[in-house]
Amino acid sequence: MSAVQEIVTEAPAVEAVPKRAMTLGTGTSLVMLAVLIVAPLFVKNFIIFQLTMLLIYALAVLALNILTGGSGQFSLGQSAFYAVGAYTSAILMEHGGINYALTLPVSGLVCFAFGYLFGQPALRLSGVYLALATFALATAMPQLLKLDYFEKWTGGVQGLVVTKPDAPFGLPMSQDMWLYYFTLAVSIAIYIFSVNLLKSRSGRAFMAIRDNEIAASAMGIDVAMYKTLAFGVSAGITGVAGGLGAIAVQFVAPDGYTITLAISLFLGMVVGGVGWLPGSIVGSAFIIFVPNIAENISKGLSGAVFGVLLFVVIFLVPHGARQIAMLAEQLAGKLRRN
Amino acid sequence: MELFTNQILAGIATGAIYACMALAVVMIYQAIDHLNFAQGEMAMFSTFISWQLMQWGVPYWGAFVLTLAFSFVAGIAIERLLFKPLAKAPILTNVAGFIALYAIINSVAGLIWDFTIKEYPTPFGSSPFLGSQLISTHQAGMIGVTIVLLVLLYLFFQFTKVGLAMRAAASLPESARLVGINTSWMIALGWGMAAAIGSIAGMMIAPVVFLEPNMMGGVLIYGFAAAVLGGLTSPFGAVIGGFLVGIFENLAGTYIPGVGNELKLPIALALIITVLVVKPAGLFGRPTVKRV
Repeated sequence: MSAVQEIVTEAPAVEAVPKRAMTLGTGTSLVMLAVLIVAPLFVKNFIIFQLTMLLIYALAVLALNILTGGSGQFSLGQSAFYAVGAYTSAILMEHGGINYALTLPVSGLVCFAFGYLFGQPALRLSGVYLALATFALATAMPQLLKLDYFEKWTGGVQGLVVTKPDAPFGLPMSQDMWLYYFTLAVSIAIYIFSVNLLKSRSGRAFMAIRDNEIAASAMGIDVAMYKTLAFGVSAGITGVAGGLGAIAVQFVAPDGYTITLAISLFLGMVVGGVGWLPGSIVGSAFIIFVPNIAENISKGLSGAVFGVLLFVVIFLVPHGARQIAMLAEQLAGKLRRN
Repeated sequence: MELFTNQILAGIATGAIYACMALAVVMIYQAIDHLNFAQGEMAMFSTFISWQLMQWGVPYWGAFVLTLAFSFVAGIAIERLLFKPLAKAPILTNVAGFIALYAIINSVAGLIWDFTIKEYPTPFGSSPFLGSQLISTHQAGMIGVTIVLLVLLYLFFQFTKVGLAMRAAASLPESARLVGINTSWMIALGWGMAAAIGSIAGMMIAPVVFLEPNMMGGVLIYGFAAAVLGGLTSPFGAVIGGFLVGIFENLAGTYIPGVGNELKLPIALALIITVLVVKPAGLFGRPTVKRV
């Protein structure tokens, strides 16, 4: 191997997605929203619970999407932020007696700070090195939560039980349904925030860094600041999702937040389409329902069936659900012209 | 002081496992430019094949050679069937493909050989090595095998035409194609070699960690860490990285208070990251210069 230094043209690991292609049109968004509002009225409580989890994981996938699809940084550590959010909410509710809705902003802020601080050393790393660093965070988190030192607060290995909130104002709906609408409201707020964030000056800075870091810094973008900011925002949203998850599952325990969760969220992002925010809900559906489907097809080989299904998806649509949406759009355009 | 030297020796012994795995990781990284998350599972599957062959009465070294051949062919087959079609897909999609492969191999191995722990024979015996209780003859043999592999790889890449072609295809695919190198097959060859090296690692590791479908989970993580620490472009660095990670891990477990077995891995990883923050290309990796 030659002694000369290798010179490469910086090829972004994450492909450039134009800003407009990251979101849906107004009409489609409204239809989506209507479906999400009406859906729980016709199904059983357990399915409502699953739909709630669908929204929660969609939020977590969305957060990863902002980080990876937006700013081009890769993370296998999202499960750690999710865990911190879940524990913050659970501890505030159970030890502090604080209303569940008020714990979410606290979870978000705590995780924002955590992610922002983690983003500082991560600045020096990129690609596989960043993947390794975030991976370390994800493997360390369950162990840290188990430490005797924090046991008074975290409940150690046993974890904490969280009480499920009732519908307020005497609304005639079940706990599950109330929680679904509550989650939906939070999700919509965060989705709108994320779309606006990516359309803003900061969002454009993220994308410039994703596409070419050197060029971005030459244009006067504070690369370090925006990269850590992306980490913070992503962690913050993941934290809110974690808090919601704790309330919905009514339980937090260290082993619920292992690296497997981080890998699931990553798969969700790929299946939904990297850098396409509405795809988050498709990806979330994939990671919630496909393992169940695989289990139903074959108990002993569920892992293999899941793997095969995943291969089928990435073979058919290597760019995830975004590709289907783009095809549909082209088709619609053609029909209109005819 | 004696405790210290003993811990270093024990670290070298476990480090040999990581070094073996890291070598396989670097091999495939050289060929395809990604980290293959399914590498450990491929090695595990190969090890099961050799175990099965021995159960059928094939002697150890016969099974060893047959397994090498099987792994080489299987590695090429996986590349041709599953990853060649994804060559133009985004990198992250490829990574998802590795995860899918991981799930498939793990689940199939569990179905064929179930999840009970199996003993695996060693050709080197397991008596104490040179009177030290900390390193057995098997571990010494494993270090020997790793070093032999490293030398062979070095000779292959430095002095054979195919080795040169593989290096060319990995560093500058377009130019390599222009001088008539079939880059697509070089990648397949890389997969085959990585699978074969992985199978050697698996067969060396199995007597220590015992044979079962999840045996590689922990080892692969350390293998990755070792490869990254040593520098992903350097097979030599990977081996050194493997030993260093083994030593780090043991010293952290002994000298940092409150670190039990549970926290060994996070601490080792944290240390590696600290090293990377100072030297982002790894200890022996070549720094890359980027241009706009």
